[in-house]
Amino acid sequence: MTKTTGQSRRSGPAVGRPGVIWAIPGVMYFSFFAVLPMLLVAYMSFTEWDGLGNPKFVGLDNWERLFSDSLMGQSLWLAFLLTVLTWAVQTPLSLLIGVWAAGYQRNRAVLSAIYFLPLLLSSVAISLLWRTLIDPNFGLPAQAASWFGIDNVDLIGQSNTALYTLVFVATWQFVPLHSLLYQGGARQIPQSLYDAASIDGAGRIRQFFHITLPQLRNTITTSSILMVVGALTFFDTVLILTQGGPGTDTTITPYLMYRTGFVSYEMGYGSTIAFVLVVMATAASLVLVKMTGFGAMRSTREGM
Amino acid sequence: MEGHARPRRRALLVTATTLALAVAPLTACGSDGTKESGKLSVWVYQDGSTRIQKEAVDRFNKTSDVKVVLNEIPADGYQDKVRTGMGSSNAPDVFFNWGGGSIRDYVNSGKLLDLTPTMDADPSLKSAFLPSILDAGKIDGKYYGVPMRGTQPVILFYNKELFAQNNVEPPKTWEDMLKLVQLFSSKGVTPFALAGANSWTELMWVEYLLDRFGGVEVFDKIANGDSAAWGDDAMLKTAQAIKQLVDKGAFGKKFGSVSYTAGGASTLFAKGKTAMHLMGSWEYATQLTDNPDFAKNKLGWATFPTVPGGKGDASAVVGNPTNYWSINANTKQKDAAIAFVKTAMSEEYIKALVDNGDVPTTTNTADLLSSSPNPEFAKAEFEMVQKASSFTLSWDQNLSASVATPMLTEIQKLFNGQITPEKFVESLKALK
Repeated sequence: MTKTTGQSRRSGPAVGRPGVIWAIPGVMYFSFFAVLPMLLVAYMSFTEWDGLGNPKFVGLDNWERLFSDSLMGQSLWLAFLLTVLTWAVQTPLSLLIGVWAAGYQRNRAVLSAIYFLPLLLSSVAISLLWRTLIDPNFGLPAQAASWFGIDNVDLIGQSNTALYTLVFVATWQFVPLHSLLYQGGARQIPQSLYDAASIDGAGRIRQFFHITLPQLRNTITTSSILMVVGALTFFDTVLILTQGGPGTDTTITPYLMYRTGFVSYEMGYGSTIAFVLVVMATAASLVLVKMTGFGAMRSTREGM
Repeated sequence: MEGHARPRRRALLVTATTLALAVAPLTACGSDGTKESGKLSVWVYQDGSTRIQKEAVDRFNKTSDVKVVLNEIPADGYQDKVRTGMGSSNAPDVFFNWGGGSIRDYVNSGKLLDLTPTMDADPSLKSAFLPSILDAGKIDGKYYGVPMRGTQPVILFYNKELFAQNNVEPPKTWEDMLKLVQLFSSKGVTPFALAGANSWTELMWVEYLLDRFGGVEVFDKIANGDSAAWGDDAMLKTAQAIKQLVDKGAFGKKFGSVSYTAGGASTLFAKGKTAMHLMGSWEYATQLTDNPDFAKNKLGWATFPTVPGGKGDASAVVGNPTNYWSINANTKQKDAAIAFVKTAMSEEYIKALVDNGDVPTTTNTADLLSSSPNPEFAKAEFEMVQKASSFTLSWDQNLSASVATPMLTEIQKLFNGQITPEKFVESLKALK
């Protein structure tokens, strides 16, 4: 008996978990390109280095400076604001567009193709495009002003509008990606659920709230994590559109990190900021995973 | 052409490198093979004038045993590239820089060759250049650079046509300036073009006003590390003067997103939407390229006006005195490097600069300027620099980057009305 089982096990196809050995390429890649730089950043956050010569160990100096740096506090607040606004604006939009694009209307394919176009453009191109478009002297505001006889607005040169402009440009850029996620998610929902609901007399709106939304739970989590982590590391658009200005009114943490490290050449302190950013982004995604129960990998098809 | 020589144009496209903060120490690996004997690696900033350096290298290589390898580095990434290069084993032997703060860190870490003994040994080298220009490149009383390009003072440009229509002259005093602000505002013309998206353009105002109010000494103290000098009375007067100008609408209301690098300020100026523009001398070349008719017929230039009760000399100028060649202290080809940088004073080289529209800073420049493509402007510019009692290097180049960056932010806030003049002075005093 024992012998036969042993034999059949050896000769039959492999079942269960694959060996640890298969994880090695992935782990190596991750260690070299993620863990190692992160460890270096952690080490450098305790040093002072201007990019020349060797880093000098300064103990907790950078960390003390971090906690008394009002600019850092402001940047965290701005990063938080940007993250929340980004999520609050992008999620409903991409959800609606994604669900719509999952349907089989005749105009859908054409409109979707046009709509997903921003996905193909680089952030730099998008930022330059918008900077030109909203230029108060030569762009759309100047045109609009001459048509309507109003004073043209300086969107990125004013404190109260600069951050919203960033949120808007980010929305324009990233909503297509998230819509694509939702489109995929919505396509996975079995038609039988909707058929059953129609028989029970549920209208489109009730179907949306009671079938589509719950079924998209995992997609919402994925998309939200991408958005939150993306907003926390949002950088290139800020660099091109506002350069953290006017003054420091759009200096979010990633931009502050760049400015400290590569404009002021304070690599040590820049690393300290970078490390805080890593910790924050990791914490944010962990919290999101925990809160939504995404980690439990519970199926949306349970009981079907 | 010269417009590109403006440093710290924080590049729009440098994004790729930036998130790799942690990888910075790793990027300096690898070798370019220019280190073997008989080669001299020279790095230069790539722009419209680079071909002159290329010609100089060709001439030098014809006679020299040690061959120069010229590495042209695209403008936007220049300072970053030199920075990483100098921190690695892949450093240039000779490199282009702006003097002052752009090389101070290298001097402090012992990476640059002190050229004072060379200058002492060869008086013809020292006497070949205008003293104010050589001095502007000094660090801690020692020479580290040989001037190798044109000078770029900051000049008050004005629209001759608009001035003639209104029957006015360029301002000589602060009162003149306020009157002009009022006059042009009432005609719907913005008095001064200002590219508020690039804070270094606002810095030019602060530099000139402080120089006129307090004299050259105030900033000299700051540059030598005395941060208390920010609290000088002249600094507060400067800040108040700027607030006054902004409040009177001297720059209009929408300067906040006008960019110089994207051509915004120069276009507004050329189209007659603004009457004056305080800008580096490269503005002339920029206008000549983009709006040739305006540059030839309507563009006028003047010195910065005086202020009431000011201690500063009316002839003093600010800007970029010139660019310099500096030599790596660890070079294996010291003699060849010195021989190469000396070619920057040869008549052939100076002539090539003049023909390119640059205004070199040698003592014999005046005789050569008539061959310049724009002799009238070139002569005026040279005269301004020659007569100047002092030539202060732009602060953002003169101070170390860790001070210059927050300083530029504070200046931008002052112009935007986000902080009061008093708060401005206080923030500057806190900079270390």
